[in-house]
Amino acid sequence: TYLQRPGDGAVRTVTLIPGEGIGPELCDAVVKVFSAAHAPVNWEIIHEWAENDGKLSEKVLESIKRNKVALKGNFDTEIGRGPLSRNVYLRKKLNLYAHVIHSFSIPGIKTRHDNLDLVIIRENTEGEYSGLEHEVVPGVVESLKVITRDASLRIAEYAFEYAFLTDRKKVTAVHKANIMKLADGNFLNACREVAKKYPMIKYDEVIIDNCCMQLVMNPWQFDVMVMPNLYGSIVSNIGAGLTGGPGVTPGANIGADFAVFEQGTRHMGKDIMGRNIANPTAMLLSSVMMLRHLRLPKFADQIEKAV
Amino acid sequence: QRRVHGDSDLFTFTFPTFPKQSSYNVTLFPGDGIGPEISDAVIRIFEATKVPITWERHSISSKAVTPGGDLITQEALDSVLRNKVGLKGPFTTPIGGGHRSLNVTLRKTLNLYANVRPCVSIKGLDHRYQNINLVTIRENTEGEYSGLEHEVAPGIVENLKVISKPACERIAEFAFSYARLNNRKKVTAAHKANVMKMGDGLFLKVVREVAKKYPDIEYEEALIDNMCLRLVTHPENVDVMVMPNLYGDIVSDLCAGLIGGLGLTPSGNIGEHAAVFEAVHGTAPDIAGKNLANPTALLLSACMMLRHMEMVPEAVRIENACLGVLSEGKVLTRDLGGKATTTDFTQAVIDRL
Ligand SMILES: Nc1ncnc2c1ncn2[C@@H]1O[C@H](COP(=O)(O)OP(=O)(O)OP(=O)(O)O)[C@@H](O)[C@H]1O
Ligand SMILES: Nc1ncnc2c1ncn2[C@@H]1O[C@H](COP(=O)(O)OP(=O)(O)OP(=O)(O)O)[C@@H](O)[C@H]1O
Ligand SMILES: [Mg+2]
Ligand SMILES: [Mg+2]
Repeated sequence: TYLQRPGDGAVRTVTLIPGEGIGPELCDAVVKVFSAAHAPVNWEIIHEWAENDGKLSEKVLESIKRNKVALKGNFDTEIGRGPLSRNVYLRKKLNLYAHVIHSFSIPGIKTRHDNLDLVIIRENTEGEYSGLEHEVVPGVVESLKVITRDASLRIAEYAFEYAFLTDRKKVTAVHKANIMKLADGNFLNACREVAKKYPMIKYDEVIIDNCCMQLVMNPWQFDVMVMPNLYGSIVSNIGAGLTGGPGVTPGANIGADFAVFEQGTRHMGKDIMGRNIANPTAMLLSSVMMLRHLRLPKFADQIEKAV
Repeated sequence: QRRVHGDSDLFTFTFPTFPKQSSYNVTLFPGDGIGPEISDAVIRIFEATKVPITWERHSISSKAVTPGGDLITQEALDSVLRNKVGLKGPFTTPIGGGHRSLNVTLRKTLNLYANVRPCVSIKGLDHRYQNINLVTIRENTEGEYSGLEHEVAPGIVENLKVISKPACERIAEFAFSYARLNNRKKVTAAHKANVMKMGDGLFLKVVREVAKKYPDIEYEEALIDNMCLRLVTHPENVDVMVMPNLYGDIVSDLCAGLIGGLGLTPSGNIGEHAAVFEAVHGTAPDIAGKNLANPTALLLSACMMLRHMEMVPEAVRIENACLGVLSEGKVLTRDLGGKATTTDFTQAVIDRL
């Protein structure tokens, strides 16, 4: 039995940003399901999330800062030009340094791999997503990948703490330190240091290319995985692919102060938007994660079971 | 324009300017770990097929032989340049001590700018994925492998990824002409230009321009993470892929996983003046010297080399024999769940020839 503390039933206000693509449809589904479950959540819906110049509206940040928790669809990002992605901007502004994707087999969904249960923990603020690029001479572009010890330590700590609190057995660090000896080496050193503080959790390392091969051949060897930003994006898409696709894989962005929940693979689904055919499972499971985060475990269990 | 491909239509590969000769010299680096065993297998099978090739064996030192820290002598490099083709086993790069990775030396000195990694489902090998027939074309000289890194302040490291227009142009040209020459239908460029807008953006811009010159080849783009998602869900719809260095490294290993592992996937490093063929896998220290390695990857690399040298009938014969043994499933090495040794497998291929 779950014994609530007095006041635990208070209504929580959560920022809801439908965003673009299939985001609005998915958010609608969550709102409907929450209302059917009588979940004590009051949505603060933000429809005008962009300024006239396309930049992310300050209102979005204000609202999330007030409510501490948000559910969000994705914002479109131009390819090859335009300003920094609004999704990246939001994560950086709120310092949502951990991206957690839970990739698990759902009984009844037929895939090539059964009985999977992977947690992918991805550094969410730096690495290849630094946005620092310049043209050194015409036709030659340099992009900076930034790996800091501080960001590496905090993501490693988050991963081990996650493993410890959820009774997981192993953390695997994913890297390419044989080539990026200093940058990924910095990341690995941080992981090794944190690993020492958790002797009850097994720690190992795998190179990103081998990791991707292992994921399709024998994904059961992995448990919790921790990695820099870009590798995280790749691995979480593979994880989603193994368990049924972006439509079923939940995820969340977590920082010390705020949490933003969205589809695990953060796809926009422009190709299927507005046709009422998007799969709301991933978003619903993300909202279940959100309910647990809000300390509403009963509603979380109820909705999860129904899904 | 010639189309060179065999009946099996599998590891098709062409290099339009290879000079016709009655017999050929090829530089061979047997390599470390399982390298010598799998090289022996290839040599035996080639002898049985009476391929008109004389091998010029060169070894790689474990100590630096040049002031620059290279592990390879000028003589060996000259041999590759003279012969225009090389076959190479895997190598261990000594860690630290100012050694340059052999792969890097070869790529830089010989300017092997395109890495071609075909991946084809082998019938009969029981596997989760079927009907895969795709090729990863990886830029081999720049990108994340620039080796330019520095600690800007304590605890803060910057790594430079370099993308240049000429390198993008030649890899894009290579990918599209490869597609055309080998009867492929589609080229997909994989990138992350929504985040690295300038770097990967430049890559995309160049590939788009080149695509216009090949209206007969369908062209599409995919974000690298999305590409990986597609590869694990619907790899049968993927044809030729072209991408910067690191993505190519990741994607080609992923693809190897789809068809049954590193023991099966060949590759070629192609440059303007020479081409070096090698298996995608490493030295496999865990099974080295035990007669357990699967020689298929190196053998299929050698067949790619034969096609490249326009010895297509020989390539097709060897491929068919090798794939025949694999499909039959009676003589399989341990990595494929069998009990056969390297020599058993080699003999089975020879028997089939
Ligand atoms: N909830 C969902 N239900 C069903 N399909 C989905 C869902 N989310 C994503 N997809 C599918 O996953 C694939 C990848 O998504 P998408 O094309 O949005 O990727 P993307 O990388 O975000 O590209 P873009 O931003 O250009 O749309 C698409 O085919 C999309 O339809
Ligand atoms: N030709 C092969 N036949 C059988 N097994 C192989 C073959 N090539 C690789 N493997 C197996 O695949 C795994 C990875 O091999 P790989 O050679 O890449 O190892 P590695 O430790 O990365 O070596 P290196 O340091 O030289 O890259 C090993 O377990 C190895 O035994
Ligand atoms: Mg690799
Ligand atoms: Mg290796």
